[in-house]
Amino acid sequence: MATFFGEVLSVYSRAVEEDDRDDEDGENEEDVEIRRELEEKRKVHLKWCSEECQAIEENSDKKRLCSHLVIAVGTNAAGFVSAFILNSASWHRVGWLSVWNERSRGSGPMPAPPAPGEPGCVIYQQKDDDSVLICQCTCYVAEDQLFQWTEQLFMCLQKRGLTVTVLSDVPVAEYKTPDYIHGSDVPFLRALSTSAYKGGVICPFVEQPNIVTGLPAAVLCHCQVHGIPAVLYQNYSDVIGADSYTMEAYRLAVSSTKGIKLDPPSTDVLQEFTKVSDIHGNLYT
Amino acid sequence: MFVPTGETPPSFKSYTFILPAVSVGNVGQLATDLIISTLQLPKVGYFHTDALIPMVGNNPYATSAENANELSTNAEVYSSKELKLAVLQIRAPILQTKTKEFRKSIVSWMKSSGFSKTVLLSSSHAYQRDDQQLQGTPLRFLLSPTLQEGASARIKELGWREMEKVCAFPGISDSEKKLYIPGGGVTRALYNDCCNEDVPMAVLLTFCSEGDNIPDAFALANYLNDWLHLLSTPAEASPQWNAPASWKLLFGSGIPPAIF
Repeated sequence: MATFFGEVLSVYSRAVEEDDRDDEDGENEEDVEIRRELEEKRKVHLKWCSEECQAIEENSDKKRLCSHLVIAVGTNAAGFVSAFILNSASWHRVGWLSVWNERSRGSGPMPAPPAPGEPGCVIYQQKDDDSVLICQCTCYVAEDQLFQWTEQLFMCLQKRGLTVTVLSDVPVAEYKTPDYIHGSDVPFLRALSTSAYKGGVICPFVEQPNIVTGLPAAVLCHCQVHGIPAVLYQNYSDVIGADSYTMEAYRLAVSSTKGIKLDPPSTDVLQEFTKVSDIHGNLYT
Repeated sequence: MFVPTGETPPSFKSYTFILPAVSVGNVGQLATDLIISTLQLPKVGYFHTDALIPMVGNNPYATSAENANELSTNAEVYSSKELKLAVLQIRAPILQTKTKEFRKSIVSWMKSSGFSKTVLLSSSHAYQRDDQQLQGTPLRFLLSPTLQEGASARIKELGWREMEKVCAFPGISDSEKKLYIPGGGVTRALYNDCCNEDVPMAVLLTFCSEGDNIPDAFALANYLNDWLHLLSTPAEASPQWNAPASWKLLFGSGIPPAIF
């Protein structure tokens, strides 16, 4: 686009990409092969541990029974789940979702589950009660993988009797409101639920014109279309790293979930989960 | 794929189908918002596809506290039996790697639903206009061959301008002419698909630039209304469109008082 001063600048649209190229015309076989290989690497796979695989095989419809699925997306949601729920010895890993994209380490998908502390999507269950599953997602799931991730997870779960709760961190800078938000009002929760969800929510609903994107949106979309009761709690916070105060905001969201016992951690334990955001060195030390 | 909200899938036979292209300024989508909001079309289903980036929110067309918290997804179908009208609203970008699948699924659904005609609302970069296009109205139309017979007489009466074709090699005036809709997203490709598959489609588009595109949306909605008469208007007056509740704060939150 030409400007008043005679420069020619690129024009960017918020809606569409610049090029309007013909589809696949002029793409040679090598390009097609590279594209196909990349698509293969980016596929999302759900892997269960061997005992879990066996249990699923034994069910007539090859799906896992589950009364409640909790999905924690983001550093503080995952930190809350680790510190307040999974810290007790009764939870163990039963599966994980293998996700590889441009932000993952390594040149391809990892064959083994992520190590503790490594980003990933891991599924936990209690040893003496398999009705509740917790999925802790700390890795980046790209836009083109969100739908697949959700389909892979829900494909293995029986829809009947299932309720889903999603906990998600969001920066408060993305929250649109006519009034300015003071620091003391943060963090705060906002909820969204599917039509099939008849339970109450513990905070106000997300106000217009705010929207939800990413993994929480993909999960809620899926649940809405398939008539699964689901509720999302978005935690708007001004902290980028793990923060105990932000994690605490999730307590009420799961306190009444049957099958989940909240175990408030000691200060030492909580510090373990929040120490990643400590300043290790700066210009002034 | 279309998933109905109710138990029985609705019938769209002989309905007019309106959908937006995700294009510059989001004008098509804004115009679609005006149509759904003003006519208060009930939601009849979802277009569940992996080709769109997921997003959800609460009801953008809320009229009361009771219906304000109904969940809305990235692609939903609204419909009116009285007007024989079905409208698909698309609220998220199409994934670059899935545009072909998306077009295929839309065309396939259009054919199986038996729509009498489809109207695609779109836009194109204003800065790419040539000297001729800079003059006069920024609104343009295109008709697929199957719709030419049914609609060209009325379009001629309205005095609309057909979208001009451009030279395949700019500067060489006797080179082959081709359709070029920069910033139109899937508009050109979807229009070509409909031409090839004998689907009756009209494209209504406007030249615009990114910014406050609400006036462009109103202009496009009025353009459509001149043809389809979705809103009854007294003579010489403009149609009264209702902007939905979701159009608040389009340019960000309130200003922090601390900066003053």
